[in-house]
Formats: sequence, structure tokens, C-alpha cells
Amino acid sequence: MAIDTDTARKVARLARIRVEEERLPALAREFDAILGFIEQLNEVDVEGVEPMTSVTPMRLKRRQDVVTDGNQQDKVLLNAPDSREGFFAVPKVVE
Amino acid sequence: MTDLTKLTLAQARDGLRAKEFTAPELTEAYLGAIDAADALNAYVHKTPDIARRQAEFAQTRIRAGMSPDLCGIPLGIKDLFCTTGVPSQAASRILDGFKPPYDSTVTEQLHKQGAVMLGKLNMDEFAMGSSNETSCYGNAVNPWRREGDATPLTPGGSSGGSASAVAADLCAAATGTDTGGSIRQPAAFTGIVGIKPTYGRVSRWGIIAFASSLDQAGPMTKDVRDAAIMLRAMSGHDPKDSTSADLPVPDFEAMLTGDIRGKVIGIPREYRMEGMPQEIETLWHDGTAMLRDAGAEIRDISLPHTKYALPAYYVIAPAEASSNLARYDGVRFGRRAKLAQGDGITDMYEKTRAEGFGPEVQRRVMVGTYVLSAGYYDAYYNRARKVRALIKRDFDQVFAEGIDAILTPATPSSAFGLGEMANADPVQMYLNDVFTVTVNLAGLPGVAVPTGLDSKGLPLGLQLIGRPWEEGDLLNVAHSLERAAGFVAKPDRWW
Repeated sequence: MAIDTDTARKVARLARIRVEEERLPALAREFDAILGFIEQLNEVDVEGVEPMTSVTPMRLKRRQDVVTDGNQQDKVLLNAPDSREGFFAVPKVVE
Repeated sequence: MTDLTKLTLAQARDGLRAKEFTAPELTEAYLGAIDAADALNAYVHKTPDIARRQAEFAQTRIRAGMSPDLCGIPLGIKDLFCTTGVPSQAASRILDGFKPPYDSTVTEQLHKQGAVMLGKLNMDEFAMGSSNETSCYGNAVNPWRREGDATPLTPGGSSGGSASAVAADLCAAATGTDTGGSIRQPAAFTGIVGIKPTYGRVSRWGIIAFASSLDQAGPMTKDVRDAAIMLRAMSGHDPKDSTSADLPVPDFEAMLTGDIRGKVIGIPREYRMEGMPQEIETLWHDGTAMLRDAGAEIRDISLPHTKYALPAYYVIAPAEASSNLARYDGVRFGRRAKLAQGDGITDMYEKTRAEGFGPEVQRRVMVGTYVLSAGYYDAYYNRARKVRALIKRDFDQVFAEGIDAILTPATPSSAFGLGEMANADPVQMYLNDVFTVTVNLAGLPGVAVPTGLDSKGLPLGLQLIGRPWEEGDLLNVAHSLERAAGFVAKPDRWW
């Protein structure tokens, strides 16, 4: 199947990656090559097969429902590109 | 004094304990070698101050006679591992300036055992690549060159810096990670040993995520014994990683008996690919003969779903990556794009991710977004997960029939030139992982062992695949193969 530039534009938008309009046709061709490769999976009979979940059967560990961490506001904000008064700062979200 | 950087990890450990040299002397030898090897671009963040401090402390433990195997051993750490106060950016611009206030479980375990961190190692951006050419730091370079030819070659990827550093004696050993072959392919391209353990053997906590159901860290070392020593140091249950296995970690080194009599080695016919170079065919054939001569029984086996492994991988890995990489939004850490007057929050996300991610990462995030999008989830993602179950079932069946380990080539070629694949379509590059990716999908342990040189004088490796959780037995077979192959070649120093 062929990926058109509209689909490429939509996928870029969903992925929150800005792609300039003139780059879209090339991107669509790249998707096409990769998806064409993936199409081979349609040859496999997967009727009745359960998706794999783990290497060997394992019970997922449960932990105590207790607080183990906290009071690290400085560390949490340490790497923020913009933080003010103990918060992450972003452009205005609501009008 | 002999050149300390030439020692294996085991030799360095024994020399430290025997007081033949000190941990600070060993560390200084490596720091000097690293500074003379900038042409390889293996180290992207050097940490000599940390290394010297750790070496001094390690020496006090050695002096007191209380030193674990890795005490005083200088290691290189892949940039994917978070390390306190040291840049950890997965070779991506989007993590520019990120200095985690914590360590990954693996690096913390290594530090507690007294290991010395020399610095952070180059890699493909977010571990997406097979040639270390997607790194924001520029290419890492293979210390090996073709005979009489100065063309710079790839060390492989994604753990290219790790491979280059170990092969050029710029660390005693290095950490790597492997999602589709990222430890084993670079190990094969540089004539070293690399093992990807069973999924869940090593904690993933604090390792920057690519594809969570496939990612697994492991050691890259000068020989099999070193891999056994370092794997033990990296392994173990971690409450912070719910997929880490609560199983005892054996003394892998003690399991290297060299005796593989009666072991059954499977040779999968589906790995004999069309167009495979004769040299790879010969290498595989020779390796088979070596194991037979060592007393193993050789059996032809079939893994019928092998050809669907790469397509399944290129659905599952991008899907998981698109989800994992959603966190890079320019808000909490790393880089934020410069915004124009009036730009809203969506502009911030889109501009940040467009300038922060390189082309290969963008491509995979978008492919992942597509295969997970409404209407395609079942057709692509769920189908791939079912095919994955069939690939695993192929392995389960041969193991149930008595196969102890499987021998295959590690890569379809020797190291290629940097830039040689620049104009190939992305799928051509993906074919590098054809022999290794099945192992990630099935969650099994796999090890690459150097066993020969090609006609151009470049190293070639074979891969051994083992039963789940049986890394000890697997390494013992690898040890046997290593001894029989007697691979001792080292790259001529040109850097």
C-alpha cells in the first residue's frame, strides 16, 4: 500500500514532530519502504496464537503500597529547561 | 612495567590483588590511552576526576584485602546509562545538558563493587542504528582498518563507542545495551566478546529506554572470561524494574570448565541466507567443526519463522519507541526549542522534537506512531506480537528436543566503511541485525565471539544462542569456541 503525503503529515502531527511541507513526499517514500518490508508479516498464519508476554512464565511482582520516595522538588526540577517558583514553566495553555 | 591497558579484566583483577600494580596506576594508564585516542571518538564525556577518586578508594579496599572482582577495574559506560552528575544523553541533542541526579541500577552496582568509571561512550542516538552514524556526537570509529587502506570503518552500533573502546584498549571492559543486536554486532565488527543476557537478567532501571520489551544491558569485553565476570556484576533482581527476574545469579566464571563433551549444538538452516558471503559461510562451518572437535554433538535444526523476525522487530521496536520517546517534550529535562512570539504548547512540542531528534529517531517514532494508530493496531502491532510468539516457539521446540546452544554467524559481513550506507534505504541498514534480532524477540541470551579474520584482515564473529537463564552454560560453550579459534589479532595502532 502507498503512503501519501497527507498520511505522512497526519503521522508527523500525531508524533508531535514538525516536518516541513517540502520534506513530506520523501518521508512518505521512506514510510512506504519500511511498511512494504513489514507487509511480509501477512504471510504468517497467526490464527489462535496468543501474543508473547514473557520469556519464561513469571508472576509480576507486587510491591507494598507505601510511599518510598518524595521531598525531592529540587532534584525533580534540576534539569528543567524553564522552571519558576517550584513549577515547570510552559507557554500559555489556556486562553 | 608492561602496558597495563593490554591486560584482560581477569588479569587486571588478579594483578591488583597480587599487588603487582595499584588501581590508581591502572586507571592512569587508561586515562593516558584515552587522551591519545580522540581520533576514535569513542569517549564523548571523559570523567578523569571521578575515575581518580574511585581508583584511590578502590585501592584502600584492595589493600584491606576486601575487593570484589571489579574493584579498581576501569570501565567505559555507554551514554545510555544514567550516571549521577555526568551527562547522560543517549547521544541525542534532545537530552543536551541532561545530568541525572541518580545512577542506573547497573552503574550503581558496578560502583558499589569498586569499578572505576573512565567516561561515557559514544552510541547511535537512542540506540537506534547499526553503525554509530546517528550519534549527535559524530561517528565513533573502528580501530580496525582494511589491510593497506585507511578508509575509516564503522565499529557497528548501537554500542559502537563501547566496542571501539574495548578493542582499542581504552577500558578494561564496557557496558553495552542490545535491543536488536546492539551489543553483538559491534562486538563482531571489532573482534571482541559481547553478551546479551536473558531478558530480565539485568535491571533496565535508569537506562534510557528504547523498546522496553527488547532492551537488555550486557558486558562488552576482551574475552569470554571477562564477560562472565562482568555479567555477574551487572545482574540481579531489582525491585525498581518489574521485569527483572528474581532468580539467583550464578558465578558464571566458575562455570567456564572448558568441557562441552556431550553438549548438543544446533545449526539452524534458515540462517543460511541467500547471497551470504562465502567468508561468513566458511567461518560458520569452521566454528561448527571446532565445537565438534571439542566433543559436542552437532545437529541440524529448523527455526521456520526466522525470516519474519526483522519485519516483526520493525513493528514492535518503533511502536515501543514512539511511546517511550513521548516523554521528550521540552518540559521536564533536556532541550527546548527557541519559540517564536505567540507559539503555543503544541508548537513547543513539535519544534523541540523536530530539532532534538535526528532523522533516524524521527523516522522510527513516526513509524511507531503509525502502526499504533487507530485502525492499524491489530493489523500491525498485534500481528507482530503474535509472530513474535511463533519465533519464540521455534526456539522452545528445539530446546525441548535437547539442543543446548545454537551456533550462527553474528553478522552478514565484516565492518563496512563509514558513510558507505548513506544512500541505502533504511531497510538495507536494518539487515545488519538479521542474525541477532531473533534472540531479542525470544528474550534469549546470545553471545558474539570473534573467531576469524576476513580477506581484508577484519574481524568476524560467530553467535551462540542459549536457553533462557543459562548464560553460564552458554558462556562455557563460547569459552570453548574461543579457545579453539585462538583469535588473538589486535588492530594496528594508527590513532
